[in-house]
Amino acid sequence: MLAYDLVVIGGGPAGLAAAIEAKKNGVDNILVLERDRELGGILQQCIHNGFGLHIFKEELTGPEYAERFIDELKAMGIEYMLDTMVLDMTYTKEIHGISAEKGFMRIQAEAIVLAMGCRERTRGALSIPGTRPAGVFTAGTAQRYINMEGYMVGKEVVILGSGDIGLIMARRMTLEGAKVLAVVELMPYSGGLTRNIVQCLDDFDIPLYLSHTVTEVRGKERVEGITITQVDEKRRPIKGTEKNYKCDTLLLSVGLIPENEITEKVGADMDPVTKGPVVNESMETSIEGIFACGNVVHVHDLVDFVTEEARRAGKYAAEYVTASLNEEKVVCDMHAKPGNGIGYIVPQKIRTEKLNDHLDLFFRVRKEFKGVELVISADGQELKRIKKRHLAPGEMEHIKLKTDRIVGKNFSEIAIDVVEVVS
Amino acid sequence: MSRKESLICVSCPMGCHLDIVIPETGEWKIAGNQCKRGIMYAKAELTNPTRVLTSTVRVNNGFLNRVPVRTTDAIPKPLLFEAMKVINKATLDAPVRIGDVVVVNLLDTGIDIITSRSMESK
Repeated sequence: MLAYDLVVIGGGPAGLAAAIEAKKNGVDNILVLERDRELGGILQQCIHNGFGLHIFKEELTGPEYAERFIDELKAMGIEYMLDTMVLDMTYTKEIHGISAEKGFMRIQAEAIVLAMGCRERTRGALSIPGTRPAGVFTAGTAQRYINMEGYMVGKEVVILGSGDIGLIMARRMTLEGAKVLAVVELMPYSGGLTRNIVQCLDDFDIPLYLSHTVTEVRGKERVEGITITQVDEKRRPIKGTEKNYKCDTLLLSVGLIPENEITEKVGADMDPVTKGPVVNESMETSIEGIFACGNVVHVHDLVDFVTEEARRAGKYAAEYVTASLNEEKVVCDMHAKPGNGIGYIVPQKIRTEKLNDHLDLFFRVRKEFKGVELVISADGQELKRIKKRHLAPGEMEHIKLKTDRIVGKNFSEIAIDVVEVVS
Repeated sequence: MSRKESLICVSCPMGCHLDIVIPETGEWKIAGNQCKRGIMYAKAELTNPTRVLTSTVRVNNGFLNRVPVRTTDAIPKPLLFEAMKVINKATLDAPVRIGDVVVVNLLDTGIDIITSRSMESK
């Protein structure tokens, strides 16, 4: 059986940054396990720019951003295995993996960092009615086919979902000569970053239909047409508002789901809103020595935040590995409560004793807000109030709280609430 | 007659909604920006909008079939589809280093097209 101080599951931006940070913090024996044919994760197919504005102060493409970390990982001599799938891990941190080259492997780890990212929601999960012809792809699948394999997936396209992937693909397919007839969005607002609405839809005069959904797919061997229908405030289709499109391709950008099969199997506490593991301020799950970072914890909009989060996980995983055996276990003494208008907060649990100079809280709101205030309070006592001109579920927010506001005060709950401003 | 325009600034993820009034003569009036970049963006976008273009080119004998490429800087927006025609004619041979120039002085803009990643041979 193989043995390592730290095993990182996933070699995308989260896994790479975590492994590098752990090595910088004194862990020598690290193994990164990646199921794809190369490192870099989803960044390798994200050929558009906009990555690294915070981390590098540059606007890099996905592959450029990935290559910086891949080069650093290789330069540091960190071991990795490609085409290797992790099937399972036990409570005692024994990992079961498989690859064509090495067959079945058992790997014992002192600490684990989970960085498996997420996958796309599919048509089956949405139960879109109609026939099942070829030409229905999740947007990410189409992105990989076009950008890496070199296949043009269709010529006349309708895209369901106005999240970033759908918007990016609207532009990509248009530039490659396809006609994108419409982007259809169930909600009354778009899920993607504003810059993407401007640069992917407005730039190419691609119409965006809010509060609409796809209600039928038609075609025998290949998609021949689809129907879109307006929905009411309960998101139910409104009879009589159907609009038919002749097209050969339907792209679905309808949600990303953190890949937590092995996390759930090992019994880590899960957050039903993020669909990821509950983590503390050090990105540790409810199982000691198993850390998590990146999209597997909560789906991010900016890879820069993934890198920051992963560095935190790597740093604390290293601390866990190198810590003395006699170190007293520190208990989580505070939890984060998503208040009015807030969908979730990461981290869910906090050990105030472990905080350095500030606590980073990441959260998403439940719906769009304009001209409001964010109130951060502990046990009902207001700590900080921030004016916000615009908040949207599609844009993750970040609050830094100075630790001297919360340490040594015996608070048990820290809450974030959205408060409408009384004018 | 002044001209009124409305834009969303994309210089950073804030996405400030800008309102611009362009008088016949004199200074532009720009409101809604939270930093100087908004002013620069509004002026550029309404006089000479530019975009960074990213795409892929075919690579021979490479680990993968396509190599992602990018313009080194933003090019005038009206040139995007012409630029795609130029990119689609280019091919590369593996191995490729990140930053290799694929097209020099694209459409006389003074801007090059370079590779966005390194790629090994098959």
